[in-house]
Amino acid sequence: MLAGILAFVALATFFGLVLGLAAVVFKVESSPVIDQIDALLPQTQCGQCSFAGCRPYAEAIAAGEAQINLCPPGGENLVQSLADLLDVEVIPLGDNDDDLFQGPIVAVIIEDTCIGCTLCIQACPVDAILGAAKQMHTVIESECTGCELCVPPCPVDCIEMIPVKQTLKNWRWPVPQYSVNNKQAETIFTTLKHVLAENT
Amino acid sequence: MSLSSTLHRLWSFPGGIKLDGNKSLSNHQAITTAQLAKQLIIPLSQHIGHPAEAIVSVGDKVLKGQVIGYANGPVSAPVHASGSGIVTAIEERLIPHPSGLSALCVIIDTDGYEKWIECTPLIGNSVGTSAGTNEASAQTLSSLSSAQINEQIANAGIVGLGGALYPSAAKLRTAKKMHTDTLIINAAECEPYITCDDVLMRRRPEEVILGILLIKKVVGAKKCLIGIEDNKPEAYQALLTAISGYEIPNTEAQIEVISVPARYPAGGEKQLIQVLTGREVPSQGLPMDIGIICHNVTTAVAIYHAVYRGEPLISRIVTITGGAIRQPQNMEVPLGTPIRDILNQAGLDEDKIEKIIMGGPMMGFSLPSIDTPVTKATNCILVSEKDELATPPPAMPCIRCARCSDSCPMSLLPQQMYWYAKARDLEKVQDYNIFDCIECGCCSYACPSNIPLVQYFRYAKTEIWDDERERNKANIARDRHEFRLERLEKAKAAKAEAARLRKEKLAKKKALDAEKAKNEENSSEIESSSSKNKSSDNTDLIQEAIARAKAKKAQQQSQKKNTDNLSAAQQKKIDEVNKRRQKRAGTEKLQP
Repeated sequence: MLAGILAFVALATFFGLVLGLAAVVFKVESSPVIDQIDALLPQTQCGQCSFAGCRPYAEAIAAGEAQINLCPPGGENLVQSLADLLDVEVIPLGDNDDDLFQGPIVAVIIEDTCIGCTLCIQACPVDAILGAAKQMHTVIESECTGCELCVPPCPVDCIEMIPVKQTLKNWRWPVPQYSVNNKQAETIFTTLKHVLAENT
Repeated sequence: MSLSSTLHRLWSFPGGIKLDGNKSLSNHQAITTAQLAKQLIIPLSQHIGHPAEAIVSVGDKVLKGQVIGYANGPVSAPVHASGSGIVTAIEERLIPHPSGLSALCVIIDTDGYEKWIECTPLIGNSVGTSAGTNEASAQTLSSLSSAQINEQIANAGIVGLGGALYPSAAKLRTAKKMHTDTLIINAAECEPYITCDDVLMRRRPEEVILGILLIKKVVGAKKCLIGIEDNKPEAYQALLTAISGYEIPNTEAQIEVISVPARYPAGGEKQLIQVLTGREVPSQGLPMDIGIICHNVTTAVAIYHAVYRGEPLISRIVTITGGAIRQPQNMEVPLGTPIRDILNQAGLDEDKIEKIIMGGPMMGFSLPSIDTPVTKATNCILVSEKDELATPPPAMPCIRCARCSDSCPMSLLPQQMYWYAKARDLEKVQDYNIFDCIECGCCSYACPSNIPLVQYFRYAKTEIWDDERERNKANIARDRHEFRLERLEKAKAAKAEAARLRKEKLAKKKALDAEKAKNEENSSEIESSSSKNKSSDNTDLIQEAIARAKAKKAQQQSQKKNTDNLSAAQQKKIDEVNKRRQKRAGTEKLQP
C-alpha cells in the first residue's frame, strides 16, 4: 500500500514538474484584444464613431465603453466579425440612413480652385495629401482612405468625394440571384401534394 | 525517334460529366480568314499581370506586327498592331469581359495595305515560309539556346491561349528553373462547341509539332505527352502522321500522342495531368511542383510562328458557332477585329439570337456587347438560338443530394462551399479549399435544384480577394496614421525643447549681462582711479562718434532720393506738394 502511495506521489510530482515547466517554456503570448479589434477596423481614421481614430475606438470597445456598431465604413461585415471576436450579439449598424456606407470613396482636389492653404494637409490622418503653402495640393489616390476629414477645413470647397473607379482589378462578381419563384414553388408543392395523395 | 501511341496507361480523374459535344457543327470546314476590319480595337491588357504600356501616340502610322505596347513588368506581355494603319485614339473601350467594363485600347484605322514590319525569324526552314522574312540571321534548332528562343517568345507577346492568358515566356522561364522534365500538350478541348484546337491540329499538324519541339527545347523536358480527347480521331491521326513524317533533329525527343476518353473537364490542366500521369497537382500548387509543365496546342503554334517566321501573336483562330450562325466555322481573326464583323461574315441570323457567349457553354460568359474586339482570350463565339442552351429555371433550395460533390473533378464539397459563400463566411469557404475550384461548372450542371453553384464560388473568390486588398490597404493606412502621430509628437517635443533652450539661453544671457555690468562697474571704478586720462580720451571718442553719426543723418535727410534729372513739370509738382505740406504743418500746429 505504501509503495502504491509513493508511486502515485512520485508520478504526480513528475507530471506536475513537467506541466509547470511546459507552462513557462511554451507560454503563448496572446495578442491583446485591442490589437485584434484594431486589426479588424478599416483604418479610415475618419472619426465617424466619435473617437479620434480607429485605435481609440478599438480601445473603447475593449474597455466596454463603446458599441460595436459605430463604424459605417466597416459596414455589417465588421459588426459581424467584431461580434464573432468578442462573442457578443450582432447589432444593426447605425440608426439612420446617413450612416450607411455607400461604397469606397476617395477625395479629389479640384485643382483650379485650390488656393494652397495647407489646411487639408493638416487635417489628413494618413498624410495622403501632397502640397505646400501657396502651391496646388493633390490627393494621392492610392493612400486616401475616404475619411472626408479634409472636406470641412477647405476654405474654398475645392475637395470632392468621388466613388472609387471600378476597374478590372477591383471588379467583383455580383451575388448570384437566388430567388425561388413563388409561383413556381407553389406549382411544385401542389404537384408534390398530388403525388403524395395518389401514393397514399 | 520512338513512337508509342497506343500503349500508354491511362488514369482517371474524379467526377466529371458526359456532355454533348456539338463539335461537328464547325470542325470539318477549312479555316477561313476574316476580312480586314476598318477599325481594330486592341486592348492593352490581354493577359494576366500588368497591362502593357502604350508606346504609340495618336496619329502614328503603324505597320502590321509593330509593337504598340511594351511589356510592363516581369509578368506581362507586349501587344502588337494586327494591321497596318494609323492610330486614331488610345482610349477606354468596352472589352469582352463578364464585368462589362471598359479598358484602355489602342484604336487603329486600317489602311488596307497590310504592310508588315520586317520579321526576323530565328530558324529559317519553316513550312511554307511567308514572303518577306529575313532569313539571313536564321539558325537551326539545335544551335539555338533556350534563352534565345524564350526571348523571341516574350517579344512576340505570346500568352497561354488555352484560356489562362499567363505570359508564356514567364511560365517557361520558371519551368526551366524548376527542372521540369515532362511537357504535356493540352489538346483535349473538352468544352462543347469549341473546335479551334481541333481544326488547327487537322490542318496544320506540322506547325503544332515544331512548336512543341521548341517548347521542349526551352524547358529542357525529357518527355512530351499530347493529350487529345477521343472525339477528335482526325486530329489524332494528323498529329501521328506529322510526327512520323518529320525528321526531328533531337534524337532524345519523344513525343507521344495519347487519346483520352472524352469526359468534361478532361481538358482542365490538372485533370489532364491526372489522366496522363496519374499524378495529382498539390492543392493550390502548380503542375511545376510535380515536374510537369502544361501548354495548349494553340500556344505551341503561336510559338512556332514567332520562332520560324518571326511573327508576333496578332491573330488567332476563333470558332464561330451556334444555332444562330448560318455557316459555323473556324476563322483566323486578327486581334482587335470587332466581334460584330466576324459574326456577320459567318452569317449571323439576327432573328434567332438568344444568347451570345464568349467561350463555351460551360465556362464562357455572356458578352456585354458584340462591338467588343477579339482578344488573345477569344477562342469561341457561341451564338445560340432559342432552346439550344438550357436556361436554368429559378433555383430551388439545396436538398443535400451531393450530386455536386460527386461531379466535382477537384474532389471538393460544393454544397458546403455554397452554404458558406451564401452566408459570406469567407474564412469557412476557404477552409473548404475554394481556391482549388477550377470553375468548370460541373456542379451547377449536376444540381437538380438548379442552384448556380459556380457563380457563388466566383462571387466568393472575388470577395476574398477584395477583402485581402481592403486589409492590405487598412494596414498601410494604419502605418501611415501611426507614423503621422509619431511625427506630430516629435514635432511637438522638438518645439518644446527649442522653447526650453531659448528660455535657458535668455536666462544665461541675463545672468551674464548682470555679471558684466557688475564687472564694468568695478573696472570703471578701477579705471577712474588708475587712469583718468584714458577715460577722458574715451569720452572724447564717444562724443566724436555721436557727432559723426548726427552729421551723416542730417546729410541723409537732406538728400532726397530720385530727385536727379527732374523735368520742369515734376519739379513743379514736388514744389506744390512741399507747399501743401508746410501749410498743413502750420494748420496742424494751430489746431491743438
